[in-house]
Amino acid sequence: MHTDPSFLQGLWFILIGVLWAGYFVLEGFDFGVGMLVRALGRDDAEKRMIIHTIGPVWDGNEVWLIVAGGATFAAFPTWYATAFSGFYLALFLVLASLIIRGVSFEFWGKVPSARWRATWEWALAISSGAAALLFGVAWANFVKGVPMGADHIVHASLLDLLHPYALLGGVMTLSVFLTHGALFLTLRTTGEVHDRAAAVVKRVYPIALVVTAAFLIWTLANQSFSVGVLIPVVLAAGVFAGVPVAARKSGGLAFGLSAGAIVLVVVSLAAALYPNAVPSTTSHAFDLSLVAASSTHYTLVVMTVVAVIFIPIVLAYQAWTYWVFRHRLGRDDYEGALTPVAVLESRRKEKDSGVDPTIAGGA
Amino acid sequence: MSILDLARSQFAITTLFHFIFVPMSIGLAFIVAVCQTMHYRTGNEVYLRMTRFWAKFMLISLAIGVVTGIVQEFQFGMNWSQYSRYVGDIFGAPLAMEGLLAFFLESTFLGLWLFGWGRLSPKVHLVTIWLTSFGTVLSAYFILAANSWMQHPVGYVINNHTHRAELKNIFAVLFQPTVLLAFPHTILAAMTQGGMLVIGVCGFLLLRKRGNQVVARSLRLALPFTLVMVVATMVFGDTQARLMYEQQPMKMAAAEAQYNTVNGAPFSIFATGSFTRHPKSLSKDITIPHGLSLLATLSWGGQVKGINQINAKEQKKYGPGDYVPIVGVEYWTFRLMIGAGIVMSLICLGGLLLLRRRKVEINKWFLRATLIGGFLPILGNWTGWMFTELGRQPWVVFGLLKTSQANSPNVGSADLVITLAGYILIYGVLIATGGWLMLRELRHGPEPDPSGEDATGAPGAPAPRPELALAY
Repeated sequence: MHTDPSFLQGLWFILIGVLWAGYFVLEGFDFGVGMLVRALGRDDAEKRMIIHTIGPVWDGNEVWLIVAGGATFAAFPTWYATAFSGFYLALFLVLASLIIRGVSFEFWGKVPSARWRATWEWALAISSGAAALLFGVAWANFVKGVPMGADHIVHASLLDLLHPYALLGGVMTLSVFLTHGALFLTLRTTGEVHDRAAAVVKRVYPIALVVTAAFLIWTLANQSFSVGVLIPVVLAAGVFAGVPVAARKSGGLAFGLSAGAIVLVVVSLAAALYPNAVPSTTSHAFDLSLVAASSTHYTLVVMTVVAVIFIPIVLAYQAWTYWVFRHRLGRDDYEGALTPVAVLESRRKEKDSGVDPTIAGGA
Repeated sequence: MSILDLARSQFAITTLFHFIFVPMSIGLAFIVAVCQTMHYRTGNEVYLRMTRFWAKFMLISLAIGVVTGIVQEFQFGMNWSQYSRYVGDIFGAPLAMEGLLAFFLESTFLGLWLFGWGRLSPKVHLVTIWLTSFGTVLSAYFILAANSWMQHPVGYVINNHTHRAELKNIFAVLFQPTVLLAFPHTILAAMTQGGMLVIGVCGFLLLRKRGNQVVARSLRLALPFTLVMVVATMVFGDTQARLMYEQQPMKMAAAEAQYNTVNGAPFSIFATGSFTRHPKSLSKDITIPHGLSLLATLSWGGQVKGINQINAKEQKKYGPGDYVPIVGVEYWTFRLMIGAGIVMSLICLGGLLLLRRRKVEINKWFLRATLIGGFLPILGNWTGWMFTELGRQPWVVFGLLKTSQANSPNVGSADLVITLAGYILIYGVLIATGGWLMLRELRHGPEPDPSGEDATGAPGAPAPRPELALAY
């Protein structure tokens, strides 16, 4: 028997999609920047500057994932239970990457020794890359489905999840987030780091574009034709193809297009998944539908009230954070000064002694 | 070890590790916010140095607490998918609210605070640390509401068609007495942990003759603060225990190793039994006559139900089976928790008396005691949670779902062994690195008192300790 999702079930599917899209747009550049710290920073001053471009925001960005997980648990508990136990080892690797990444930021600056710094830079780069790759693998499997019977219990090993389609999805997120992070750095830095980041965009972007197009076409081919999936797929590819054109005009526009493309990829995947939560590759008769996975109407109403009140507030204060830390960071801000407080102190002194402190930046 | 035991071990190990840092972060964030407020109000730079010094411990603690928290949220789905299916309609809501209302607040404003020195106005900057602190406290409320529902399910119905619990009244879940008492107990214990850490660090520095204005003032603030917090923790704990006699009599009977129902029950201080799960009799039972009846029922001859009678009653209600938790564990975790509270309050009280006699900074015995005192809140918090979670067994949701029916059927022992080894490895690195970094900050000590020159703000004077700034 097939029933269509109710209005609230549809709304929560969209909201969870929004949370994932927000997570990938925001944490996507965090991952990219994390991967590039060692590659683009030639010395401690530059590396610190690169880390500081995301320093104030990465933790808040990561909460988008936590809330996406919590929202899935609250709105579609069976989806949460089926997917999280079914993707067991893959999720463990995601968690391990996120843990190592999170403490790398905090530990890196605590000890001024070259070996210590190098250790946490590598940890940051590898864990950022691994997480970026794994999220693509995970989403490809979400959409394609997993071996699962009528009891909605997944029987798949880690290797079952690493088929070519999923690996292509992983390469897509890896290359797209790398491009996205490099674009972000061209917006937030000046000088040599800015130029090196622009060079990374030039080199990685073509790969990202080709892989994304290939992955989206494969996604289309995997299922019966649907206009609802075709439109976001075409839009995603089109918007992403516009990045180099935009980059000639404005870095902000190029970054905006890259963010838009990421959102549209999530929309494409969500459209391909709908109205299922977890498709079964064993038989479509065993697909876990959103309706079957859903919480009760009452719980959805409660959660909708909470979301309607609090999501705008969260968006407002997170946007304000980006406004506060909008200034470009330059090498000068970090030259000789070991810390942002020292930067500010030296700037205050400049001000006192009449030197014009116009150089924007410093976190 | 069975699959269930492995899954339970994983939950226990990851949660206990996580819970070293959660109360530490809650307590320290509040203390840092207070220090910064004092600086904002008085303009006294000692408070600014206090803010910066204690913030370093807060940041290391928060970093580890936050990253290990993600594991907790994911683990319900990964290892306990049957539980998640059964209770998701109810349990997911407070979890989602926790993320949306509390985690966003905490993480966003921590970033603003950390990188906002000098960029935000002092007033706005002060607000950011208070919102961070508020976020940490709020998150505790939601997760405790979820846990309280597992201890005492309310506001639900069982759907006979889907065989799962469904939410009927969210307000009953969010505001039931169980959480209204568990919340202050847990938060006050977290404040105690922050306070005892401050006292222990000050004690360490004073033993090494490294005292300065920061140490002196921190100690003067932390001693009365922590005393109030630890005593209040015990007062709420006592109230909670009486509620528990109604809601989970078995847990409390096990806490007292009270095997049979009696009127005017004595309070047992020290008892041992044979090393079996359910020893039939106790040896070396030192008791206070009528003590337990007084505590539990507030009357001299009040009736306290025994394990055997409660077990028989529950067998009648829920069907055949063993409804007794591991009595030895319950008995001793309960006593270790209370013991830790008593020792901590004595340390604070002793410190306050020495403070009055102006000897707190030189009394070696007191200073040595603070070093142990710094770790006692971890013991208290750990044993408290072990008591409350193990005491609910065999239930995962009291009266509704047994732990043995809650784990993921498709997660085998190989999966669990791999991930358990992985977590132990990663968490081992975290605790070693985090502990070493904290010890390093401890050895550095706070920024030194300004000499006469610095105090006048001589231009061009190099900052004494540039790496003292907080952001990465």
